[in-house]
Amino acid sequence: MQGLSRHYGSVVALDNLDLTVHAGELIALLGPSGCGKTTTLRLLAGLEDADTGQITVGGTDITRRPANKRDMGMVFQAYSLFPHMTVRQNVAFGLRLRRVAASERDRRALEMLELVGLSTQADRYPHQISGGQQQRVALARALAIEPQVLLLDEPLSALDAKVRAQLRDQIRRIQLEVGITTLFVTHDQEEALAIADRVGVMRDGKLEQLAPPTDVYSRPATPFVAEFVGLSNRLAGTVSGGTVTVRGRDLPLVDLSIPAGPVTALVRPEAVTLASDSSGDSGPLVGTVIASTFLGATSRVTVDLGDTTILAQLSTSDATALPAGSRVALTIRPDPVLVSAADAPAVTEE
Amino acid sequence: MAAVSPLSAELSGAETQGPQARGLRAGQRRRLNVFRYLVFTIFGLFFLLPLLAMVRFSLQGKKLGTWSLAAWKQIASYKGPPPLLPAIEVTLELAAITSVVMLILVVPTMIWVRLRVQWFSRVLEFLCLLPLTIPAIVLVVGWAPIYNKIERVNVSALMLFWAYVILALPYAYRALAAGLNTIDAPTLSEAARSLGASWFTVMFRIIAPNMWQAILNALLLTVALVLGEFTVAYLLTYVNLQVELFSISRNTTNAGVLFSASAATLLFGFALLLILSYVGRRLRRGRP
Repeated sequence: MQGLSRHYGSVVALDNLDLTVHAGELIALLGPSGCGKTTTLRLLAGLEDADTGQITVGGTDITRRPANKRDMGMVFQAYSLFPHMTVRQNVAFGLRLRRVAASERDRRALEMLELVGLSTQADRYPHQISGGQQQRVALARALAIEPQVLLLDEPLSALDAKVRAQLRDQIRRIQLEVGITTLFVTHDQEEALAIADRVGVMRDGKLEQLAPPTDVYSRPATPFVAEFVGLSNRLAGTVSGGTVTVRGRDLPLVDLSIPAGPVTALVRPEAVTLASDSSGDSGPLVGTVIASTFLGATSRVTVDLGDTTILAQLSTSDATALPAGSRVALTIRPDPVLVSAADAPAVTEE
Repeated sequence: MAAVSPLSAELSGAETQGPQARGLRAGQRRRLNVFRYLVFTIFGLFFLLPLLAMVRFSLQGKKLGTWSLAAWKQIASYKGPPPLLPAIEVTLELAAITSVVMLILVVPTMIWVRLRVQWFSRVLEFLCLLPLTIPAIVLVVGWAPIYNKIERVNVSALMLFWAYVILALPYAYRALAAGLNTIDAPTLSEAARSLGASWFTVMFRIIAPNMWQAILNALLLTVALVLGEFTVAYLLTYVNLQVELFSISRNTTNAGVLFSASAATLLFGFALLLILSYVGRRLRRGRP
């Protein structure tokens, strides 16, 4: 995709977007509502027309090609199985349109249903199976036509948490098994980080960063990415000479070109460690535990520093040793940090 | 055991209250049921008695209190003028033509507007519902000059179908819109498009099959409207079943045939209703 733009009236949904997806790769587009991720997918599928820009697949320009001639398999957020057809007929529908012989059609439909683990449900109607099963059938239906690109438009968002995690892993397994180039749109960062080869974080119709999940998390390109992906503490600091001073600690900067002056530094909770403090001293890095959130193996502890609060992520065994009300001393690991303008508003995830 | 006793006391308390509460609810339910049956019976009689009286009258023999099929046999033999059988025939043909034309016109238009020109849906709704707000007599004033010209080419009463399609539009539109609203047409069409379906396939193989019940309802309403239409046909001087019945009532002392023909129309309507709802159930079987 090159220079893709799309406007709805005066609203810019997509602003000069460039994106290259390599063969066999799974890219997750992540971003808040209205950031243009679904628009990108719909332009690629041909369900909407781009104002400007070019879409090429395997060297062929398909920008002006209608949706039914694009050879893209798509799974939608809403349940989209045809209610008057059985599961088998749904999966075979695309092949029927391609005039594949009935026996071959049937064989392939069953093969696809086996791939998603639903071959026993072939003769049921969509309303007779669960939501998760419907989305798996929709995936089988999209894959049955052997498309060049698989497009997944928040396919898991209507499902409950457990089914969502199972189906997420299943999608990744099938994608690797079939080796199909896939674009996956989601607003759930956990989903994106878990299954993608590369994650594209979008904001206001632009791609902020496109990188492997570990890079997006540990080396975010912009303050927006840092705040949208994972949690960040927003701490007041001062930049001088390539470091930022936060509560008396000097931390290295990711971007050395930041001019000197007051900023907001973004510090990950896992970069903060706590130790019980019995000295009774007061200082910028001494505070009181106010709450602890149990997350399983780790816990997230909120510490009151007097003028602000800070989140620390600790192993649960360490966290249980620090009940609410404990005095603690903080250490901030000297990881390179990103900074945003001192008065920039916090990013809220939707 | 001491720990258990307060619980068991509570339980027994609940038990002693239970039957009372249940008894109260049962009493309320009984009263509600009696009320339901009463209303049902009163309204049933209100609708059914005149119909039964009509059927009984059509089966009246020469002497009071005797039975005879003579009036029913006269449906075929009544020579008029105007003769009865051709009027029935033309009315049934009109019902069929009007239904088919209306479906061909409205179903694809509505699906197309829903999928492709959503902004036009309000205008379409307004246009389709407009005939409901205009009295038939006013419509006829507008149509009369057009029908004058049509009569020069074709004098058959079948030409009434032009007018009847317009009269049936609001009812058909409402029935079809209700059906279309129950399915997620945009998502289904996008799914079908991405699988390679043309717009024609989307309309006739994806959306329309999911609106069978609505299409049958639209059909039933259209047929019922045509079977009962009098004003337009009479004012445009065509003879359909209702005009014929009116003319029999004016020109003959033979009331039997009037009532037998009316009863036959009603029975036909009921039979059609039953058939359509049976077909609808068959189509729905195994589906939501």
